[in-house]
Formats: sequence, structure tokens, C-alpha cells
Amino acid sequence: MGLIDAPAPGVVSLDAGQGDGWITTRLDFLVNWGRANSLWPMPFGTACCAIEFMATAASKFDLARFGMERMGFSPRQADVLICAGRVPFKLAPVLRRIWQQMPQPKWAISMGACASTGGMFDTYAVAQGIDTIIPVDVYVPGCPPRPEALIYAIMMLQKQVMKERMSGTSRDEMTPDPLSQLYIPPSRIDKLSEAFGNSIPQTRSGQ
Amino acid sequence: MSEFTVIRAGSAPGLPVPATPRNVPHRGGEANPSAATLKAKFGDAIVRVDVVWGETNVVVAMDKALEIITWLHDEPTESYEYLSDVTAVEFRDRGLPIEIIWHLRSLKHRRFLRLKGLIEKGRPLSAPSVYGVYKGADWLERECYDMFGVTFEGHPDLRRILLWEQYAEGYPLRKDFPLRGRFSRAEQLEQALAANPEARYSMEELSVADAYADLPQDMRARIKGGESTGE
Repeated sequence: MGLIDAPAPGVVSLDAGQGDGWITTRLDFLVNWGRANSLWPMPFGTACCAIEFMATAASKFDLARFGMERMGFSPRQADVLICAGRVPFKLAPVLRRIWQQMPQPKWAISMGACASTGGMFDTYAVAQGIDTIIPVDVYVPGCPPRPEALIYAIMMLQKQVMKERMSGTSRDEMTPDPLSQLYIPPSRIDKLSEAFGNSIPQTRSGQ
Repeated sequence: MSEFTVIRAGSAPGLPVPATPRNVPHRGGEANPSAATLKAKFGDAIVRVDVVWGETNVVVAMDKALEIITWLHDEPTESYEYLSDVTAVEFRDRGLPIEIIWHLRSLKHRRFLRLKGLIEKGRPLSAPSVYGVYKGADWLERECYDMFGVTFEGHPDLRRILLWEQYAEGYPLRKDFPLRGRFSRAEQLEQALAANPEARYSMEELSVADAYADLPQDMRARIKGGESTGE
């Protein structure tokens, strides 16, 4: 998403058709300010990352400071999907369905190594990164990430929300391929899921 | 005026207070008395008795396994009323047979017995179901079927339990199964996304395997009314 240049100072354009006029940019700012400071998370906690997420939401780290006052356990009343933990293939259709049930505008945070890459679970059962299933805005490294890391990711997401433009197309709903239900090409999924590091000698496919 | 008697741990009548065993040898040692009883009762059907780390393994002939387990459950002197686990082991050494393993526990006599049935490589993976003796064997045998592909003869509802039903890559705990599965990641994801979760976890699912009569009245009424979950 390219950030559209703000109009030069002193130049006031009221032409809404241009998409970057004074009124629309100010309105964008107001709407984004409201959205960024009232993100309601939908926790999708499947593993130990969810424990750190709970710590983040609890009083010591206090997610409510960032406007995340309310955990939306219904996807229909949520803005941010926080996927905390590994996602096995059996959960892939569930995660996809939950994402599609969330109303626009919506964002996704992939929390922890497993949600982002599959982590140490380079096995037949685990999806190698939830970005193969749904679009992800912020990845949080860590196993599991400390609450500070999650808060940093949320602040990054708030910065991204502030850059949204109503006229932009960055928040279009993803359209999966009707036949395969994949939303990115299979070759890219294989590329994203390639074995790396320690997990390379683990396969004994030839047997 | 309580009609219940409080039973404290370790005070089973007629038995010494249990103590944590010390210096247990790896091989050998005192066998579970049930092993000798089995040997006397079933003779050739008992292939071998090992004592490993103080626990007794009895290798039995597969065709007699159900009979032996039923007897162990029913006989008052044995009284193995609790089935802890049903599982299987495949060894990396290809010559070794696949083992089907039953963990039996007698609460009354405070005994633990491990039964093993051997399936030679190349033979069909099939074992008798003990569902008729222990209802708890239902999911244990389904899991064993899911992971190893062992067919339990006589199981009322043998289908996958952990993996989804359309899973086409085989049986993950078998030694010839590659760690990452047989298909490419894109293909695996495609197949997983094609599985419709609401088709799998509907209320109607509960009526599979004749559990309909056990459902609560209101749920039965809702199913009968044609109600379904979902959108």
C-alpha cells in the first residue's frame, strides 16, 4: 500500500473525486484515529502463545491502554484477529471461516513462530504459516513472544491503520480461487513452506 | 448418616500398603501373578512373558487375544476392570512385527498388565476389538486406526478421530510415512480447506453410531425438527 502524498501546504483541494483532497484526507485521519484506538481483538488462541496473550490482556500489561478494551470472542464484533499458536491443517478451514465472518475493516496479527512459519512443527499436520490461509498484517517473532513483543506489534498495527485511505484498495476482501480455495498461488505456498534450518535432515521421505 | 464408606488410598482390604518399588531391574524380576495364571489357563496362546522395569508384558496369540482379555476382565481373581490404553508400535527394524498393545489395570488387585499381539510384516493389520468388553476402547481403537491403519474387527464405528475423515495421505505413525506427509504443502492446504467443518461437527454427527437415543430430549427434538447448525 503506497502512502499517498499529502497535499502541499496552503493548497486546499475540495474535489472529492481526486481521492486525496483536503476533506477526504482529514476524514481519513479522523476515521483512522478512531479505528486505531479502538481495535477489538478476536483471540484465536491454539497453544502456549495464548497464555502470553492472556498475560498481555491482563492487568500487568493491560491491553486496554491501546483501546483493546473488549475481547471479541465472536468474529462478527471484532477488528483484529490475533492468531496465537500453531494452526494444524484440520483448523485451516475454521480459521478461514472465522476470517471471512469478520466484517471489514479487519486486520490479522500472526503471533509467535508457529503461527508465522509453522515453527518447530514442520510436520504433516501443521500449516506452515497462517499467511497461507489468511492475509496477515503483522508477524510477531518469539516462542512464545513476550507481552511487550505483542504490544509492539499492536502499536505497529495502529501505525498501519493510520495510513489507511478510504479510496485505497488495501482492505479489499480476499477472493480465494473458487476451485482450490487457495488465495495465493500453490507454488508460493510451497515456497513459503520450504524446509529450512534444522528441519531439513528430518525428512526421510525416501523410505 | 452416610451410606458411603470412605476409601483412602492404599487401604484396599487384604492387601499390604503399597510402597514405591526401589532398585527395579531392567529385565527380570517378579512377574505379575496373572501371567502364571494365564499360562496355566491358555497354554500355547501365551507366546512369551517378559518383565521389563518391573512391568509384565505378555505376548499373546492374536486370534486368542479377545478371549484372553474377556477372561481377564470377567474372572474375579483377575478382575482387570480398567483399560488404560490401546496402541500399536512399529519398529524401524523392518523384520520386526508390528505390535498391538493393550494396557490393562486391575483396581481391585492393584495390578498392571500389558498384553501384546504381534502382526508379522506383510500381513493385514487387523486385531480384535475389545469394545464389547470395555466401552472405553471406542476412541482408543479409533485413534490407533487413525494413526496406524489397524482395523479393529468388531468396532461399531471405526473411522478417523484426530485427522479429518477425507484425509488421504495415509497413516502418520507408520514408519514409511514421511514426516512432512506425502503431498506438497499447497496440496495439503487445498485438501484441508476443502473439508467443510460444519459438515463434520454438526448435531447430526452426534446421531452417528446409534447415539441418538442417548442425547438430551431437547437436542433430539431439535434434530427431529430438521434443525441444523451453521449460517
